[in-house]
Amino acid sequence: MSQNQISAAAKLDQADSRVRHDEGIAGAIRAFWDRVRSGDLGMLPVLVGLVLISVVFTLLNPVFLAPNNLVNLIFDAAAIGLISLGVVCVLLLGEIDLSIGSMSGLASALIGVLWVNSGLPVAVAVLAALASGAVVGLIYGVLRNRFEMPSFVATLSGLLALLGLQLYLLGATGSINLPYASPLVRFGQILIMPAWLSYLLALLPGLSVVLTGMGTMRRRRAANLSSAGLSVVLARAIILTVALVFCVYYLSLGRGVPWMFGVFVLFVLGLDYALRRTQWGRSMFAVGGNAEAARRSGINVQRIRLSAFVLCSSFAALGGVFSAARLASASQQAGTGDVNLNAIAAAVIGGTSLFGGRGSAWSALLGVIVIQAISNGLTLLNLSSSLRYMITGGVLAIAVIVDSLARRSRASHGRA
Amino acid sequence: MTTQATTHAGQKGELLLRLKGISKQFGAVTALSDIELDIHAGEVVALVGDNGAGKSTLVKVLAGVHQPSSGTIEYRGRAVSLSSPAAALELGIATVFQDLALCENLDVVANLFLGHEINPWRLDEVQMEVRAWTLLQELAARIPSVREPIASLSGGQRQTVAIARSLLLDPSIIMLDEPTAALGVAQTAEVLNLIERVRDRGHGVILISHNMEDVRAVADRIVVLRLGRNNGTFTAETSQQDLVAAITGANENAVSRRAARHQELTEE
Repeated sequence: MSQNQISAAAKLDQADSRVRHDEGIAGAIRAFWDRVRSGDLGMLPVLVGLVLISVVFTLLNPVFLAPNNLVNLIFDAAAIGLISLGVVCVLLLGEIDLSIGSMSGLASALIGVLWVNSGLPVAVAVLAALASGAVVGLIYGVLRNRFEMPSFVATLSGLLALLGLQLYLLGATGSINLPYASPLVRFGQILIMPAWLSYLLALLPGLSVVLTGMGTMRRRRAANLSSAGLSVVLARAIILTVALVFCVYYLSLGRGVPWMFGVFVLFVLGLDYALRRTQWGRSMFAVGGNAEAARRSGINVQRIRLSAFVLCSSFAALGGVFSAARLASASQQAGTGDVNLNAIAAAVIGGTSLFGGRGSAWSALLGVIVIQAISNGLTLLNLSSSLRYMITGGVLAIAVIVDSLARRSRASHGRA
Repeated sequence: MTTQATTHAGQKGELLLRLKGISKQFGAVTALSDIELDIHAGEVVALVGDNGAGKSTLVKVLAGVHQPSSGTIEYRGRAVSLSSPAAALELGIATVFQDLALCENLDVVANLFLGHEINPWRLDEVQMEVRAWTLLQELAARIPSVREPIASLSGGQRQTVAIARSLLLDPSIIMLDEPTAALGVAQTAEVLNLIERVRDRGHGVILISHNMEDVRAVADRIVVLRLGRNNGTFTAETSQQDLVAAITGANENAVSRRAARHQELTEE
């Protein structure tokens, strides 16, 4: 870094001597620590929570950390996780969707009715389920935009209406079993990635971090801006790769990495890119932060809202399809109970703020793993769902308290 | 910036914007009635008036935030409707609002380019950052880091970011609502310099201010609003007394009484 020091003074973004410019790995760690202390916690609470949960449950029942139990855990996590991705979208705008559980239930009912009962191709049934989600989201968006109906109320009425539609579709029988040998159910219960593919996929993120990191570094150097430095990029890539390869290795001791989880992670990556690297994503954060300012900057706030509601309901529908596949049935119980709360809790626990303007697609992934770990651990302890509900409710309350406190701390440290 | 300067900015003296008979009612309240206003390229028009004179309402009409109840707006001889902020921006009317309208959760670069990001499908952060620094340096702005969220900036720094943002699209008209109200002495001078620089590049500038000193320093014309109506057009040479009289609507007013009392005291 010594040759950097000389040129640093001339850098376009480092001319102001009042600002400390962190360099190298030590600098990156120091900057991270500063952020955490000012209340910009990011992913930290969720990682701490995961470690705590793992330790407690493993002490109570060693099976918790067994590879195959973890495989089951992430199998279960995919459906709720998808729903939670949609919740991230609406939470970013400071809106809410309380009907995601019902929407996922309706989607699974549509799968049962269209595919099993009516004999349509499974792809058509899935597309119909997704389309129904999009339409419901469109309705919420219009209610919010045209009639300024608070999304809280609009989706609360939607919760009941969609549940009614689900019960109506399923009719007297109440439950439709999906054929076990079908690709959809196999996808939800059995299909595992080949080991070589999962290892290969585990290497990709690290590789892409290095490649994009070096590309950005080159472009920033060319534009006379400071850059993070190769050591930081490499350190990040190495940590990421080691962690991912270890995860894949550990899961491979059991059955391996489920395709279903892989598809979920693909959606997380897609949404993460859209939120961070596109104009649409920037607009989402802007509307969530200050809708009036966004409007005056020429952003079509109504269209952004519409897109968020449509995405949320569509993700909920896809989650419903996944959970139907996982359970091999479309029942009246699908999407009821704690599905709603779990999906919203996952997003909030993962670090997406209820107050809008802060969050990331990754919060759905991390949050849903926490939620599933709790539910899985409690099931292993043979605790009834009554206790499970109470504990999950408590965890959500803690997550919201952490969110509120962090927000207050950020405000006093001059961060939004 | 300089490469685009020719696109929107007009010939000096060209009529850019003409308001004819603009009125705006909020229920029973008439905020503006029958306002006439011309803006030419390369001139600074100051809009002054007491609290409640309708300055901010007029700004919001021009920015597309409010729609006028009646009257026409002509842009370069063509009747236009400023139906939304986006429409006004598209025409080339940029506004720095009094409340700045920045997103506190986003950093300086994101705020500068909000709604007009470079490369919408793969944001070009490097180019945006370079342009942000270049622009801020042109304005001699003291922003420590463009990657900090707006929440961490002081009032004056936020003002600078808001002005920089309005200039980013190289508008033909830039409207500044109380731009110096929150600024220190040096920054006020910088903003006034900036206004002159913008005018000299052929933009029309509308300046709303309570500060008569600032207004006189840069304005080519001073348009006075009173109770939602035009109440005369003046120049920087007009005496303070005449201006205050036009603003308050009477020769006998608090300001003149105070001045007279002050004069008596000094004469004694």
